[in-house]
Amino acid sequence: MAANYTNPIVRWIDSRLPVFTMMRHEYYDYQMPRNCNYLWSFGAFAAITLMIMIVTGIFLAMNYTDNTLLAFTSVERIMRDVNYGWLLRYIHMNGASMFFIVVYIHVFRGLYYGSYKSPREILWMLGVVILILMMATAFMGYVLPWGQMSFWGATVITNLFSAFPIIGDPIVTLLWGGFSIDNPTLNRFFALHYLLPFLILGVVVLHVAALHIVGSNNPYGIDMKGPQDGLPFHPYFTIKDGFALVLFFLVYACFVFFAPNYLGHADNYIPANPLVTPSHIVPEWYFLPFYAMLRAVPSKLGGVLTMFSSLLVLFVLPWLDTSKIRSAKFRPIYKQFFWFLVAACLVLGYAGSQPAEGIWLVVARVGAVYYFFHFLILLPLLGKLERPLPLPTSISEPVLKGSGPVPAGAHAKPMEKA
Amino acid sequence: MRIVKSVILAAVLGLGLAAPVCAEEAEISLPHVEWPHDGIFGTFDRAAAQRGFQVYKEICSACHSLNLLYYRDLTALGFSDDEVKAIAAQYQVQDGPNDQGEMYDRPALPSDHFKRPFPNDKAARAANNGALPPDLSLIVKAREGGEDYVHAMLTGFEDPPVGVKLMDGMNYNKYFPGHQMGMPPILQPDLVTYADGTKATQDQMATDVATFLTWAAEPNLEERKRMGVKVVLFLLVFAGLMYAVKRQVWADAH
Ligand code: HEC
Ligand code: HEM
Repeated sequence: MAANYTNPIVRWIDSRLPVFTMMRHEYYDYQMPRNCNYLWSFGAFAAITLMIMIVTGIFLAMNYTDNTLLAFTSVERIMRDVNYGWLLRYIHMNGASMFFIVVYIHVFRGLYYGSYKSPREILWMLGVVILILMMATAFMGYVLPWGQMSFWGATVITNLFSAFPIIGDPIVTLLWGGFSIDNPTLNRFFALHYLLPFLILGVVVLHVAALHIVGSNNPYGIDMKGPQDGLPFHPYFTIKDGFALVLFFLVYACFVFFAPNYLGHADNYIPANPLVTPSHIVPEWYFLPFYAMLRAVPSKLGGVLTMFSSLLVLFVLPWLDTSKIRSAKFRPIYKQFFWFLVAACLVLGYAGSQPAEGIWLVVARVGAVYYFFHFLILLPLLGKLERPLPLPTSISEPVLKGSGPVPAGAHAKPMEKA
Repeated sequence: MRIVKSVILAAVLGLGLAAPVCAEEAEISLPHVEWPHDGIFGTFDRAAAQRGFQVYKEICSACHSLNLLYYRDLTALGFSDDEVKAIAAQYQVQDGPNDQGEMYDRPALPSDHFKRPFPNDKAARAANNGALPPDLSLIVKAREGGEDYVHAMLTGFEDPPVGVKLMDGMNYNKYFPGHQMGMPPILQPDLVTYADGTKATQDQMATDVATFLTWAAEPNLEERKRMGVKVVLFLLVFAGLMYAVKRQVWADAH
């Protein structure tokens, strides 16, 4: 193991616990495909956002009180009386939204370039686990300020579980810690909201470990064939990700400093009141597509199953997509349907923000059917029917020659497996 | 690709057009006021906020509490420490128990919360025909439309349209959801006499008190925006440097 570090302390530590060797191996020498574009920076954004959320969250927790009588005012105390409390809270609040924007783009990047396909199935499935954990964390975090939307959002979502036969009611009682949403609910949500981000961190470590075993995918979706196809992570991608990160922080800062409540809902500045139902209960924006699917189905159990399935279907995606070609660049038909899926998700999100009646109910139904059609019917068929474009023989060839059109025929051999 | 793009464009445009239509069905659009605290360089109009405090103190505080504020917070609006002491001292608050175990009244101090008009919500309802006047500390953040809504609501009382029958003790308000409001059309011209000679029209008082309430809901607004401008400028410069270094590092890789 003993690498030749000149610093004696580093050498002493490294020969006993090779952390320096490991970091060097994973973040210095790690070979990235040289053609990776800025969409490959979003994983790094997500990792940094997770750290920001954990750090601001810990400081918020030092001043927050998880009691139904005090929670709302304790948050306002943070906003008014704690030094830079407003900054902490706005960073944390908008950080949740930024986290979802970043992770959704990260996921759609994976969908576009086929990053879920062999040999990256486990990497992808760990990603889906992260997504589900993130949703649970965000949901419970939103309950903590104990505003009207906190309370009524929690009421709607926890009640969903009662749709399951037999186990439903015990689950709801367990979530509530009693027979209605009350102080015990708030206590357990706070405990879990503190716990889950560390679980996410653990899964992220596995996610990155899995990535570094199989290597990163790239816009061509073909494997690296040798050193000429790759570049060491440092300095090439540290500087590229670093630059992109500054741009990400710019967007993030504009929300925090100039529009901190733009993505939130006004009703959550009204203290929770179990006797007054808001006229229009809506979840945070990042849940809206799922909320639309939930309400699109006339039966409660059906709606709940539809909503959960929309996430679970992602677990089996690597086996639903029968095409051997990874990147949409070389799948002319899939490429079109990819954008249809994006549009369907946006439309579902919009429908989720509207009352579930009239035209929006119809729109939500069409969107939900299309979502499942894409994964369950289209992808299995398309792999068989579509004629892919010829793949480049290697990553470096077109990159080094300038990325003109790839000569057809000459390189039209199917992508080989790693 | 072209078909796809046009489909998405159509969908987005369709939503964009449909959205305002739906919104219009639900509520009337609020008249927008040009607030000096709008925009990334915005700061509170201190004089307006002070006048707004006067309106709150002389009118609204008969019914509405402002629980999250301390008297000492008023120094941020430009009141001197002595002025704040004098304002606080106008109110009697309960303190105690003292060494005899008894509660007693004393004049309020700058470190006290704003005194609430009613001991509890039930008393507030009893005095207001069953309607509860909400605490105003966060009202600007707690309503869609924020200070525009508060301003519009205060100036939006009018006679009910023909055919609309008001319930007992209710007043018709153009902007209040449902239009039937338990609050009386309280802001009548010249209800307050401004020390700085500003004419107390209804619109003036509504604008002033909405400015005051915006500050009450977001006392850190100015500090936040000031810091934001610095952070964004720093990040812009930093991004430029990073981009230059990135170009340099990648120069031999393309
Ligand atoms: C006579 C008592 C009284 C006075 C004085 C009064 N209000 Fe009200 N106010 C009420 C009541 C009662 C309600 C609740 C109305 C309802 O829910 O129907 C209310 C509601 C409100 C609301 C909330 C409207 C909403 O969207 O829910 C605002 C904002 C408000 N008042 C502002 C003011 C301001 C500013 C002043 C001073 C200029 C003022 N009020 C003076 C009694 C009063
Ligand atoms: C907390 C949230 C997450 C963090 C911190 C995170 C972090 C990362 C990082 C650092 C990378 C390498 C850089 C990159 O390729 O962008 C990566 C790659 C990847 N992630 Fe995530 N991720 C998260 C969530 C997800 C989710 C929700 C999914 C999918 C459902 C997912 C799927 C993938 C895949 C497939 C790759 C490999 C991509 C490729 O090589 O092309 N990730 N992730």
